[in-house]
Amino acid sequence: MASVAREILRSSKKLCSYAVRRQLHLQPARAALASSEPVSKPEGHQTVTMVPGDGVGPELMASVREVFTAAGVPVDFEEVFVSEVQPAQSASLETVVESLRRNGVGLKGIIATPSQMSGGILQTLNMQMRNHLDLYANVVLIKSLPGYKTRHNNLDFVIIREQTEGEYSALEHESVPGVVESLKIITRKNSMRIAKFAFDYATKHNRKTVTAVHKANIMKLADGLFLECCRDVAKLYPKIKLETMIIDNCCMQLVSNPHQFDVMVMPNLYGNIVDNLAAGLIGGAGVTPGESYSNNVAIFEPGARHPFAEGLGKNIANPTGILMCAANMLRHMNLSFYAKVVEEAVGKTIKSGKVRTPDMGGYSTNSDLTNMIIRNL
Amino acid sequence: MASAGKIRLLHKLPTRRLFAKASKNSVSASSVCQQNNQLHTSQPLASLYGGRHTVTFMPGDGVGPELMGHIKEVFRFAGAPVDFEEIDFSSNNSTDADMDNAMLAIKRNGIAIKGNRETNFDTPGFKSRNVQLRTELDLFANVLWCKSIDGVKTRHDNIDIIIIRENTEGEYKNLEHENVSGVVESLKIITADASRRIAKYAFDFATKHGRKKVTAIHKANIMKLGDGLFLKCCKEVSELYPDIQYDSMIVDNCSMQLVSKPQQFDVMVMPNLYGNIISNIGAGLVGGPGVVPGMNVGTDYAVFESGCRNTGKHIAGKNIANPTGMLLAGVDLLVYLGLEQHAGLIQDSVINTISQKEYQTPDLGGQATSTEVVQAIIDDIKFKTQERYGNKYKKSHS
Repeated sequence: MASVAREILRSSKKLCSYAVRRQLHLQPARAALASSEPVSKPEGHQTVTMVPGDGVGPELMASVREVFTAAGVPVDFEEVFVSEVQPAQSASLETVVESLRRNGVGLKGIIATPSQMSGGILQTLNMQMRNHLDLYANVVLIKSLPGYKTRHNNLDFVIIREQTEGEYSALEHESVPGVVESLKIITRKNSMRIAKFAFDYATKHNRKTVTAVHKANIMKLADGLFLECCRDVAKLYPKIKLETMIIDNCCMQLVSNPHQFDVMVMPNLYGNIVDNLAAGLIGGAGVTPGESYSNNVAIFEPGARHPFAEGLGKNIANPTGILMCAANMLRHMNLSFYAKVVEEAVGKTIKSGKVRTPDMGGYSTNSDLTNMIIRNL
Repeated sequence: MASAGKIRLLHKLPTRRLFAKASKNSVSASSVCQQNNQLHTSQPLASLYGGRHTVTFMPGDGVGPELMGHIKEVFRFAGAPVDFEEIDFSSNNSTDADMDNAMLAIKRNGIAIKGNRETNFDTPGFKSRNVQLRTELDLFANVLWCKSIDGVKTRHDNIDIIIIRENTEGEYKNLEHENVSGVVESLKIITADASRRIAKYAFDFATKHGRKKVTAIHKANIMKLGDGLFLKCCKEVSELYPDIQYDSMIVDNCSMQLVSKPQQFDVMVMPNLYGNIISNIGAGLVGGPGVVPGMNVGTDYAVFESGCRNTGKHIAGKNIANPTGMLLAGVDLLVYLGLEQHAGLIQDSVINTISQKEYQTPDLGGQATSTEVVQAIIDDIKFKTQERYGNKYKKSHS
């Protein structure tokens, strides 16, 4: 009998696999299901963590607050200021991580990252935040603004970037004086999940092609693994086409014929460069929205990461990008109605072209543009 | 039968480690499947981004599309962070390619909610797509929770039975042949592996939910080897759970007991075909096919559907189908995703609404239409959430 029991126990370890365990754990008795805690919902009032960031971040966040108040958006902000260049005023990493984890949604400006190493820590605050929350997927939405002419018009594509490993692993050392090794880490697990994220994103947003950007001709093992993972995941999505492109060619194609792209997926550093390049195509850091996702947390932040410290206090920052981030955030929170209101007001204002900040070739201030948007709500 | 006496464990070790090289060129169904298992073992919540889940949504035939539409509506008002990837899984779309597409959609999201699809029984070569889906995804357990709803008038009260059915083998193996003309053999397959797995699932389910008794349903007096093996496995597993009472009952007697004294049952576990019949009896006891949700659970995937798997073709398009069962399946889905608060909110509203006579559809003896019921449920949800948030909202915006 004992041997049978042992056998059953051994088999049960296999049998009671993840899904079953999860289902058994989570299925409470019907009667005990009475809802006692608040549920986030359209009519409800939801809380969002706001991380203003450095440079013009706080000014932009003020614009968001004004627009939200004017539109009656049922969202409260929990403001947490963190900064690497102003350590005295900065809240601790734990505070901001805890807040984001609790609220699940964040609106974030840009945290400046100094180029010198401080205190022997290689990881920047941004990276620490991402790693703590496991924000592995960064999405930058490249969409031309109707009414604002740039060199290329009618662009509409999405850049998805892995942002927890690769060159950003902060593994650098000087093995002998004068020789520095900087390690780029590519793992199957992270490559798989970013590829799956990209394909899921494409499915959800009705996109047809995913382009994997790599440099596997030089880094045959690392980028090769990334590419292999993309190909493996693509098998699950027969309706979406997978294309591959080498990063150097990709950059050239982006500036000469950017309309060919749909969804792009790539490792960390390439993503950083391509994000900025593409943001430049549609009008710069001030008009490009972005998003970062972990499994449970979503952060909405500008797509090209520039704190724009030289514009600080001059009231010349462009609130378009952060307002579009805010609109995307509202949509993510099931508040599509308000998202549409904000988005349409921004679109209308840009389209009319009367009020433009200096980065878009105008002479208006941030507050002029914000007020105009509020008038257009 | 020797193999029945000495039970071997047939579980294979994982065929591929995470870092093993994936096959480069061949895209066979099994390689895709394995690939997907890899995804799921490395990160089980594969389609969860920023707290929002993606669920495959398959409307099916008959009343399926109507009822599934109600789920979307109710989820939206409850603010459930769930997005649906819609796949056409109706009998209009019957090629193998369509089926593969539906399969892949479940595999990539890991979880699906579906209306039932009609099975054509006139053509012998036609395999049930529903069965194919369950076997290919290895959804070995079908769980049906039959619970009386206050205000819904039925012949028996206070019923709370959990019916757990083996979902992949038995009579549903599609092994039939005519060896000489006029003689057809239909094979029923019972394996120790599957029997033990379902028995263990039933006992685990009972433990988690504080149930006291598990009853194994069988016909071992006639099928001494087949059902005998099932019974033996249940008995063995039961010895690992001394706190739960184990009992067995022959399926014919069980049917009689169910319609005469259903309160005696707690958790029931049984092979495939008995499960099919017993779950229909169970659903009939608490108000019919319209009020009971069902779920199919496997090791990697879960598919939620209405409990009785009827298509309800004769009432399709008439706006009289009872949305309760499907909405409760949606509640189960939310619970499975770990969204208990949203699940609780919807469940309270559904039960509240359906227990009022004016919001009962014709199958429960009422006059209400489906849309009236759903509207009442949504109003209830709105009321609950406003009650909860109203003051705060006014304070900060006045």
